[in-house]
Amino acid sequence: MENKNLSLPPKPKNSLAKKVRNIIIAILVIAMYIWTFVTIDVDWGRAIERAINNFQRVIPELFSPDWSALSDVSGSMLETIFIAFAGSLMAAVIAVPLSFIAARNMMGGKITSVIGKFFLSAVRAFPEIILAILFVVAVGPNAFAGVLAIAIGSTGMLGKMFSEIIESIDMQVIEAMEASGANKVQILFHGVLPQIIPEFLSYAIYRFEVDIRASSILGIVGAGGIGTMIMFASSNRNWNEMGMILLAIIVVVTIIDFASARIRRKIV
Amino acid sequence: MTNSKQPLSKKEIPSLYPAKTKMQVTVIFFVVLAMYLYSMISTQQQMTSGFGNALSNMGQVIEKFFPPNPSVIMPILPAIIETIQMAIIATTVAALFTVPLSLLAARNITTVKPLYYISRTFLNILRTIPDLVLAVIFVGLFGIGVFPGILALIVFSIGILAKLISETIEAVDMNPLEAMRASGGNVFQVIWYALVPQVLPQFTSLVLYVFEINIRASLVLGLVGAGGIGLILNQQLQFYNYPNAMMIIIVIFVVVIIIEYISTKIREALL
Repeated sequence: MENKNLSLPPKPKNSLAKKVRNIIIAILVIAMYIWTFVTIDVDWGRAIERAINNFQRVIPELFSPDWSALSDVSGSMLETIFIAFAGSLMAAVIAVPLSFIAARNMMGGKITSVIGKFFLSAVRAFPEIILAILFVVAVGPNAFAGVLAIAIGSTGMLGKMFSEIIESIDMQVIEAMEASGANKVQILFHGVLPQIIPEFLSYAIYRFEVDIRASSILGIVGAGGIGTMIMFASSNRNWNEMGMILLAIIVVVTIIDFASARIRRKIV
Repeated sequence: MTNSKQPLSKKEIPSLYPAKTKMQVTVIFFVVLAMYLYSMISTQQQMTSGFGNALSNMGQVIEKFFPPNPSVIMPILPAIIETIQMAIIATTVAALFTVPLSLLAARNITTVKPLYYISRTFLNILRTIPDLVLAVIFVGLFGIGVFPGILALIVFSIGILAKLISETIEAVDMNPLEAMRASGGNVFQVIWYALVPQVLPQFTSLVLYVFEINIRASLVLGLVGAGGIGLILNQQLQFYNYPNAMMIIIVIFVVVIIIEYISTKIREALL
């Protein structure tokens, strides 16, 4: 190890300020944990007691799905897929103009970008199921409320992703087109769109994948799909049926994840 | 595009894309459109008159929900705090469980192929089950309360976290690991001295990200009886007390934004 090239670099010196900062962070984290575990109200005794009582009634039943419910379950699952599909396609369409507003290198000013970004993150902050509650009140307890909830919920995330894609495009192409006298529409169709379409599609398909999962629970608040059956099965303590529903969700989500991954790999 | 001076007429310009691609794109476009129309029809079958009705109803709903009732803020604060605590506990426990699982699910650490595939499949199945469904099952098992909510969040976040972290592990620089192995380090030494320093920043960042997701998820777990603010929201909705519900939704919104902001700032500082 005498060779100069093989010697280790000197250890970085930790300055006092950094040490103090780390200690403060550690104290804060520990304080947070103490506060959490001391003040949270968990009734361990009752939970364990109930678990012992229920275990035999629930777990084996979950793993022996009720195949007679297959037709009902697959009908609801199909509705769930429809909700997710219609919702994410709507979102993909709505997100395009919003993302152009939010992208810093399009539509001119920085102000529109800030406003657009703020709007998109505001939309993203709402969990889908809360949106579903609002839409159930608006259009009644049916699958259409679910479609609207998915559409609005996905717009936030897709818009953000799309605007990041637009910000990362090669601007030299656009400058060259501007210099040779192309108008805005021509730049959009021949300069911008070819660069962004593959990624847009990829994210839209990914979002469909996420939306399948999201739409399977919307029925819990009455917005259609398989969630409705989940609610009935759990209030009737019908764990065989719950097992069937779980199986259906796992199978469908796995298939769609797999297919979407394949398609996305082909596109990009 | 001054047509008169153009040497080639429109027909003579060869298209940028081959005819086969054009055909494929057109077919896919129409298939997607047809599926969309079909799903819209089948999801709207219960409705009498589609969008128009929905939009006119929106006006009534906004009237029902507004103005939100600000006097509920103080009474719901304990529930909000409980919700955040659920997310803290769940994220911590999930982070602990994730460490061995993500090592098992990383192709470059777990060289035993069957073990790798089993843990991968297990994590994939875990990730397909939505958090609320887990909450419904755990509420059935443990009764209404905070505990089933925490369990549901733990199981749900292990799925996401282990996948993300195992991908980070798969992307590390393998040279230090090989060097340590060659100089006689055992499995734990290799992991501790060569792997951990490489993935620790990403690990922290991903845990924070999952914490963010858990906050959002825990806010709604109460809808199925698994503790937190969602329980109160559900009650208010059942009593048709829309101004109170709206205030709760606004509080949820604010909490999500604040936590997201803090977590993003910390994560930016980390990476």
